[in-house]
Amino acid sequence: MPTFIKKIQFQKLLAVAALIILYIFFAFAGTNFTSWPTTLNILGASYFVGFIAIGVTFVIITGGIDLSIGTVMMCSALVGGMLYRDYNLPLWLSLVCVVLVGTLFGLFNGILVTKLKLPPFIATLGTMMISMGLGSIITNTTSKYYPSILEEDGWFSRVFVRTEGNFPSGAVFLLGFFIIMAVVLNKTKVGRYIYAIGSNEEAVRLSGIKVHNWKCAAYVIAGLSAGLAGIFYSAMYMVIIPNTGNGIELQAIAAVVIGGTSLAGGVGSISGTIIGVFIMSVLRNGLISMGLPAPYQTFFTGVVVIGAVLLDIYRTKKANEVKKV
Amino acid sequence: MKDGYALEMVGIDKHFLGVHALNNCSLNLKSGEVLALIGENGAGKSTMMKVLTGIHQADGGKILYFGKKVSFKTPKDAQEAGISIVHQELNLMNHLTVAQNIFIGRESKGFFLDEVSINKKSEQLFERLGIDIDPRTKVMSLTVGKQQIVEIAKAISYDSKVIVFDEPTATLTDIEIDVLFDIINELREKGVGMIYISHRMDEIKRIADRITVLRDGEFVGTKNTAEIEIDEVIQMMIGRTTYEAPKQSSNVKPDAPVVLKVEKLNSRDIKDISFELRRGEILGFAGLMGAGRTETARVIFGADKRTSGDIYINGEKVDITSPSDAVKYGIGYLSEDRKRYGLALGMSVADNTVLPTLNNYLNGPFLDEKKIKEDTRKYVEKINVKTPSVDQLVRNLSGGNQQKVIIAKWLIRNCDILIFDEPTRGIDVGAKSEIYKLMNLLVESGKSIIMISSELPELFRMSDRILVLCEGVHTGTMSIEEADQHTVMKYATLNSSLHSETVTKVS
Repeated sequence: MPTFIKKIQFQKLLAVAALIILYIFFAFAGTNFTSWPTTLNILGASYFVGFIAIGVTFVIITGGIDLSIGTVMMCSALVGGMLYRDYNLPLWLSLVCVVLVGTLFGLFNGILVTKLKLPPFIATLGTMMISMGLGSIITNTTSKYYPSILEEDGWFSRVFVRTEGNFPSGAVFLLGFFIIMAVVLNKTKVGRYIYAIGSNEEAVRLSGIKVHNWKCAAYVIAGLSAGLAGIFYSAMYMVIIPNTGNGIELQAIAAVVIGGTSLAGGVGSISGTIIGVFIMSVLRNGLISMGLPAPYQTFFTGVVVIGAVLLDIYRTKKANEVKKV
Repeated sequence: MKDGYALEMVGIDKHFLGVHALNNCSLNLKSGEVLALIGENGAGKSTMMKVLTGIHQADGGKILYFGKKVSFKTPKDAQEAGISIVHQELNLMNHLTVAQNIFIGRESKGFFLDEVSINKKSEQLFERLGIDIDPRTKVMSLTVGKQQIVEIAKAISYDSKVIVFDEPTATLTDIEIDVLFDIINELREKGVGMIYISHRMDEIKRIADRITVLRDGEFVGTKNTAEIEIDEVIQMMIGRTTYEAPKQSSNVKPDAPVVLKVEKLNSRDIKDISFELRRGEILGFAGLMGAGRTETARVIFGADKRTSGDIYINGEKVDITSPSDAVKYGIGYLSEDRKRYGLALGMSVADNTVLPTLNNYLNGPFLDEKKIKEDTRKYVEKINVKTPSVDQLVRNLSGGNQQKVIIAKWLIRNCDILIFDEPTRGIDVGAKSEIYKLMNLLVESGKSIIMISSELPELFRMSDRILVLCEGVHTGTMSIEEADQHTVMKYATLNSSLHSETVTKVS
């Protein structure tokens, strides 16, 4: 039904429009908001949230949730930092381990949710605490440092955040990851099954499909993304402090929801998620450029989340009123 | 009975986002009569009732209730004025008791609950209606049929002057239908006006005084039941005659190979089920609610756990422990509850159709959308699924067309054994005969079908043999030549003292 499809595109356009309007608003209301350094800051702060938000989009489309991604990201980054500083592993190998740790946590979540049939909320809540605790235990609650742009291995920051010429190189990775994951979700079997599971898991099972494996894959993707996010977080902030990271998952989930993905499953897109990430990031930096302190950012992010979900409910209701053929 | 109407709906108009759902529709209802409201799915029956009960507001026309113009803003308004509706879907709270459900929102005036009083009121109500259910039972422990009866009792408990029944018998057994009809007859004597929505012509003939027919959102006509034949009614509904006599004899050759053999199959719900299915055969599964027909199918399909017993496909013993095993061996299952178990409603026709066969549509790691759509289009045409395009969301198709999408799904998977579980439930007459035609085509092309149905006429029309279950036990098998409805019902109630008691009471 063309009207129905139009509605969906309308929603996406609305999110883009909201992003542009926000940007223009802050361009006038804020100080130096459109300057290149601020732009770099907006981008830089979007990288790690962007990665985990893209990853958790897969889980949310299956109708699940992953609360562990923030702390898994920190735990992975701590492990990498420890391997690099304390065990003198080459940086590149440490980074591989960062991704590996994230992926393993994802697999752990996947097994809990599918084979052991735990509700995703409980399973990932447990993993959130486990990964946070584990990060502190193995590091003896000491912070881990990644090389800054001036140190040896300074390429780390140049490659994953920005070049010396102030080119946002990290954005290239995020763009690349965005394209790959959008293709995976829309053009491959795993993507199709993830949508189908979110739409009606039992129908998929009764179609003779091994639902467990595909659902598990969504959690593995989320874990992998959290691992990748760990790299970009480390490159941006250079210090990883144990016992942190919780709360980041909620930022990522908020971005996913703002982007039009339904927590009920079956509906969502990676492009929506990316827009959601940037809406939050523009909002945060914009409020800073207006000189408003952090609590305002939290406050307005909450307003945006509620507004976006209300809009989503309204849209779904409208769509359901469409007469059957 | 007074001369005036209890209810008049005149020239009702309703639009949804550009779709003209109701166009100048009218009906009227006297006190103490049953008016059947019929029409194919999407004819506007439900919308009409939603306008009446305040779920939707009409764009045009008027509603007169005992001569006074009314316009209900919410279902509660309608209910307080004395108009109740028994919805097709159950709206009960499973974890509450029967009495708690019936009196929800009317518990007691004070702060504390008075369980004793609502239990007593429920008992009185049930006694009056001749229902044998303990009001203290939790709703979830009742069969679907009994739950439906509770729903009906709830509507009656409001002492309404007008009651709407929206396909009340869809989940009822024949015995429960008799109970319902007794209730309706009693209400009729008390002067309650009833609107009865159903697809089942025999029931309408039995219970309704007059029939109002809608088609495509328009009013077709109102007739006295006594003066009209079923064929004429169907004609009014769809504008064509579709009547088929029961099958006279089986076309399956006695030496046709056995494609599926089941030996002493056991699970939580079924006991020692054995049977054979031949190539090109339709094997009907008859039985009452809870007889274990769906449960048997689910065990064979690997959806439920098999505790013991063997399954042979084409003579070879196979181990089926999951639906993916069953599909591998060429078994396809069409669930009785399409929306819950059969379809991903939010996905397109093409996506649903190729769901079990996605591996055949890979181009490297990518999905071959072009081939998916081409193949789906081929099957959509072959079995005549009415959809504007293969990109249409399944949610927007009618029940009959949704069912066809599931059939297409298994055909494209090339399944040789198909289990049709209540394939025509909630499907209008026109689409029903198309499903029947399709099933006949399938067996002619060498597929084999197990057909589970609660409608005996349908089983007799389609089956080559009928297997009867009762409470999880196989009580009898007969060929179509020797089967008659009476024998089937006898076998279907064979095992159960509870049922046979009711049977004797009814007969």
